[in-house]
Amino acid sequence: MATYLLRRLFQAALILLGVSLVTFALLYLLPADPARQIAGRTASAAQVANIRTQLGLDQPFFVQYARYLGNLLQGDLGRSYLQRSQVSDLILARLPASLLLMVAAIACELALGLTMGLLAAVRRGRASDHALMVTSFVTVSAPQFVVGLLLLYVFAVRLGWFPIGGYGTFSHLVLPALTLGILGAGWYARMMRSSMVDVLRQDYIRTARAKGLKRWTILLRHAFPNAILPIIAMIGIDIGLFMSGIVVVESVFGWPGIGQLAWQAIQRVDLPIIMGVTLVSAVAIVLGNLLADLLAPFVDPRIKLQ
Amino acid sequence: MSVLVGPDAPVLPPSAPVTGEGVVSRLLRRKLAVLGLLVIAAVVLSAAFAPWIAPYDPNEQFFDGLSLEGAPLGPSAQFWLGTDLLGRDLLSRLLYGARNSLIIGVVANGAALIIGTLVGVVAGYFRGIVGTVLMRFTDLMMAFPALLLAICLAAVLRPSLWIVALVIALVNWVQVARVVYSETRSLSEREFIQAEVTLGASRARILFAHVLPHLTSTVIVYGTLGISTTVLLEATLSFLGVGVQPPDASWGNIIFENQTYFQAAPWLVFFPGAAILLLALAFNLVGDALRDVLDPTEEGRG
Repeated sequence: MATYLLRRLFQAALILLGVSLVTFALLYLLPADPARQIAGRTASAAQVANIRTQLGLDQPFFVQYARYLGNLLQGDLGRSYLQRSQVSDLILARLPASLLLMVAAIACELALGLTMGLLAAVRRGRASDHALMVTSFVTVSAPQFVVGLLLLYVFAVRLGWFPIGGYGTFSHLVLPALTLGILGAGWYARMMRSSMVDVLRQDYIRTARAKGLKRWTILLRHAFPNAILPIIAMIGIDIGLFMSGIVVVESVFGWPGIGQLAWQAIQRVDLPIIMGVTLVSAVAIVLGNLLADLLAPFVDPRIKLQ
Repeated sequence: MSVLVGPDAPVLPPSAPVTGEGVVSRLLRRKLAVLGLLVIAAVVLSAAFAPWIAPYDPNEQFFDGLSLEGAPLGPSAQFWLGTDLLGRDLLSRLLYGARNSLIIGVVANGAALIIGTLVGVVAGYFRGIVGTVLMRFTDLMMAFPALLLAICLAAVLRPSLWIVALVIALVNWVQVARVVYSETRSLSEREFIQAEVTLGASRARILFAHVLPHLTSTVIVYGTLGISTTVLLEATLSFLGVGVQPPDASWGNIIFENQTYFQAAPWLVFFPGAAILLLALAFNLVGDALRDVLDPTEEGRG
């Protein structure tokens, strides 16, 4: 267990090192000149050159990367070019909002998705199964910004049930969480259905039925715990989808999280912020995958970590 | 964004090479697949014939295309789907936008398939140091959130139609590579391939005569499902302003441009949004049906 954990942590660190190199290389190639941007339009060539030297932008690629990495290991993500504050501070200030949204969205998609999948598996082949599966196809095919804007229009503008974007109370949370949750729900519904269909075919379920157990006891106590396994393996991928989703959803709803921060930074070509958010997202995805692997043996004792 | 090309899609067990006969007729027996094919046909036709079907020039700003207050007009006899914030005909923009969305969908997805298949086959069949490096790089790419990576790339490369397609391909090949890799590996362990090796067949012959034909069904299924992912990613990038650039129309950037008016003129979000949803849904439905049709072990699971 301990060696397994160490090996996985080492692999995760390697992947993150690669991620930092790729992000840095991408942004190094950016044609926009950050020094020119900081100096403003009226600055002279000498002033721009001065800023470039100050930021170390005139150094060779690997020198710049080594310095970036050195700072990174000390938890320093650099300074924003335009806001003049530490990137780590900017991200930390906005992280709670995004985490709140993530928890709400995941609760939403699990509640919707697992229920849909369970019902579809139970009613397999019938009209309600087909209806649920078509619904799940629609939700995974709907672009999140359209879903967000339409929910906003119907429930905030027209009906006035929820505020038109912003942050602070529970009612601010509902629409963005729902927008993010709907996509994931379609996903989970499909996975849950196919996994449940497999489980329901097995002998021990037939035995349970033969013993005369109640239908819902069989489903929830006997079948569900086994059917949930492949879904736990999805945590990492789900976090990836979520990290992509918040860039869109937070900008539609004016939710002050790291997605909105990234989006604003992209428009102003504020490199250190973009790199910071991408790195934080990658860390979240890598940790999610690790967590999924570590959780598996607790849910299913037959799985051994090695 | 990589919606259906994920773990949801089980790795197809190596089935018989696709021969084509029977596949089409079995596909046509599924109502949802037929529905999807009809939607795709409609979009392809309207994109191809946009100059003849479209009632107006997509970039013409009509003098009578805005209300006296300068707001977009709702659907009417003159402008069937209304006008946008600059007084342009929305229907014409949608029809021309279909061209960009489709071209990007097909080109980007084709490129992603080629890169992904190449990486997957090289890593899965030839293995060795190159294979290991390729798969480690694939693992690395999996750690990036697709949209953020695409946004970074689009920002670096400055968007144009082909750049957007390239960016999407550079993000989307990863899933294909993983699936093709694991399938190639399991294929090359199988007895009929081992028998070929024993019989002294060359590696190239085994690759072209046996491995690649068995990968066709996987590539077809992921190729179809992948277009849906691509269409959605293009729409999202354009909505964020780093995809297809105005005045060129794409379904995503029509919403991007008109976002400020969406409270007063919701049709400007609804119609392009419905178009994106329908096209993505159509490819998902056809891809899912193809998966069932091409995989004999899934028969009757429905």
